[in-house]
Amino acid sequence: MNIERETLLEMQRRMLRIRRFDERCSKLVKFGHIPGTVHTSIGQEAQVVGATVALGPEDYMTGNHRSHGHPIGKGSNLGPLMAELFGKATGVCGGKGGSLHLADFSVGSLGESGIVGSSIPIATGAALTAKVKGTGRVSLAFFGDGASNQGGLYESMNLASVWGLPVVFLCENNQYALSTPAHTVTAGVVAERAAGFDLPGVRVDDGQDVLKVYEAVRIAICRARAGEGPSLIEVMTYRFNEHSEGLRLGVDYRNADERDLWRSRDPIEIFRAWLIGNGVASATALDAMDEEVLAEVEAAVEFAEESPDPDAATAFRDLYTEPFGVTA
Amino acid sequence: MSILSYLGAIGAAQREAMQADEDVIIIGEDVEANVYGTTGGKSRADKGDFLTLFGPNRIRNTPISEEVIVGAAAGAAMTGLRPIVDLSYSSFMYLAFDQLVNQIAKNRYMFGGQASIPLVIRSAMFYGLSTGAHHSDRPYPMLMNVPGLKIITPASPRDAKGLLRSAIDSNDPVICFEACPLWGMKEDVPDEEYRIPLGQAKTVFEGSDVTIVAISGTVPEAWKAATKLRKEGISAELIDPRTLVPLDHRAIMDSVARTGRLVIADPAHRTCGAAAEISAIVAEEAFDSLKAPIVRVATPDTQIPFAPVLEGQLYPNAKRIEDAANRVLGLGPKERETQ
Repeated sequence: MNIERETLLEMQRRMLRIRRFDERCSKLVKFGHIPGTVHTSIGQEAQVVGATVALGPEDYMTGNHRSHGHPIGKGSNLGPLMAELFGKATGVCGGKGGSLHLADFSVGSLGESGIVGSSIPIATGAALTAKVKGTGRVSLAFFGDGASNQGGLYESMNLASVWGLPVVFLCENNQYALSTPAHTVTAGVVAERAAGFDLPGVRVDDGQDVLKVYEAVRIAICRARAGEGPSLIEVMTYRFNEHSEGLRLGVDYRNADERDLWRSRDPIEIFRAWLIGNGVASATALDAMDEEVLAEVEAAVEFAEESPDPDAATAFRDLYTEPFGVTA
Repeated sequence: MSILSYLGAIGAAQREAMQADEDVIIIGEDVEANVYGTTGGKSRADKGDFLTLFGPNRIRNTPISEEVIVGAAAGAAMTGLRPIVDLSYSSFMYLAFDQLVNQIAKNRYMFGGQASIPLVIRSAMFYGLSTGAHHSDRPYPMLMNVPGLKIITPASPRDAKGLLRSAIDSNDPVICFEACPLWGMKEDVPDEEYRIPLGQAKTVFEGSDVTIVAISGTVPEAWKAATKLRKEGISAELIDPRTLVPLDHRAIMDSVARTGRLVIADPAHRTCGAAAEISAIVAEEAFDSLKAPIVRVATPDTQIPFAPVLEGQLYPNAKRIEDAANRVLGLGPKERETQ
């Protein structure tokens, strides 16, 4: 694998962006500056960025409720994302989507989804457009281990396989569907289910290593772009925070030893050591990068705070392209 | 002009739209079987076979997987295609409700206008044909309650062609509910391309004593009722809304303002049906015009049985519509439509 230095550094930068953005979000939710709640990608940055960096800027992507990492990883500007979380007029969705429904079409992000598994058919449809029109674009569907038990995934895998659609199904297996351990509700291995649909299924056991994720996704994308059809990739990872910020459950469904073990496998620390060890960047340069990202996040928060609330009338806008009735 | 069946008119609209724009595709179960062949001839091409005309890249025959058929069509529509989904029996759409309600209806809105979803879903209501409870649904009222969708219910070949073409041209998602008892209905249909704007009702019959608003498959029944009433000296005005979302309030209101009496025939179930919505609108906006209570003639709130003798009594027919008109005119029978 020969990856350009710029790409390697961009991977670390995007992982840092996700980490610092979500750390800030967590606090902002706690203090009520962000309404509702958020689901952070802290701990899963390698799994996200390994995939989004492997995609081209023209490629499509759909996601789920753990929603900030995907557009950030795909290259979205942080300001409009943060403003969306604040419910401001300058938000990427004008304040109508919020954390759960981020979408940034300018970077190929066709939408996160609050319904588990629901965006997988959408990604499949984006791949259908690519196939019918011969655009050469690829589509990637992010979904969790919980969604791997939704029927729509298998309808999508089957259709994509028989039609040879350029789509990558990427299971972010963080091992818990909210509080439910995946192994208690999931028969067998998710990646192995691909065999039933006659498509490649790959499991990345160390999803904390961005390069391992990148390599698996890169192969799947090359295959899709070459007209060889879809792939399923299962990436083993772990979320460091609670399912959603502020959630307090009556049971400790993940024990402290397990949490400590995974926290010691921090994707950003792992890749930082690799970049330094391989002479790609110095510790000083990476510290400076972190500072830049922190400043970027602060600027995004400032942008969100200073942005105006949406005009009340916009609650009736953007429903139809040809509006009528209350939407006119 | 050519004499076309309702189904032939549906085929004509799709064929013309596909010829005009290569982004239009058809996706659904058994779409290669081509049920629209209406133009005669010996070869498949002569008969207007879609697969021959447009090829398998644009005629997408699917597995039986309604969720991904509808979801993939949505994703395709969000990225540059204009899919027509043939969703077959209307009760099959429940398997795709998540995609319909959570994605198609909401994505443009949730994403602040970034998405447009130029998508048509054709949904066939096979009621009255002894297909039993799993194949006889008329589910448009459920979707009238979902902002973000548009709904058409053509009731004649001419309207079917013009409305479907507008639906395909629209950049918003449109669901076309087709009453299958009307599929064989024939009339002169213009050969050239034409469009009937969404949201424009049609006055089928002008009249001054009572307004009958009839929806989808009840339109021919209401026509029979209005003709019979005319022979008895009663002048009934018959309005077909044609589009339920957006609904042409003005046409209904103007008619009720003149007649002061309203009967609504609706093949959907009575509770929260299209007739219920129209009744509420008229009661709110034109109460002072009303000389008698509004009467709904709908399908009673029971499931659809198989036996023809059981099923046949349930849907609004000419007799029930005529009785309802007589009742709002104070001419009896006194028995109320309450089921």
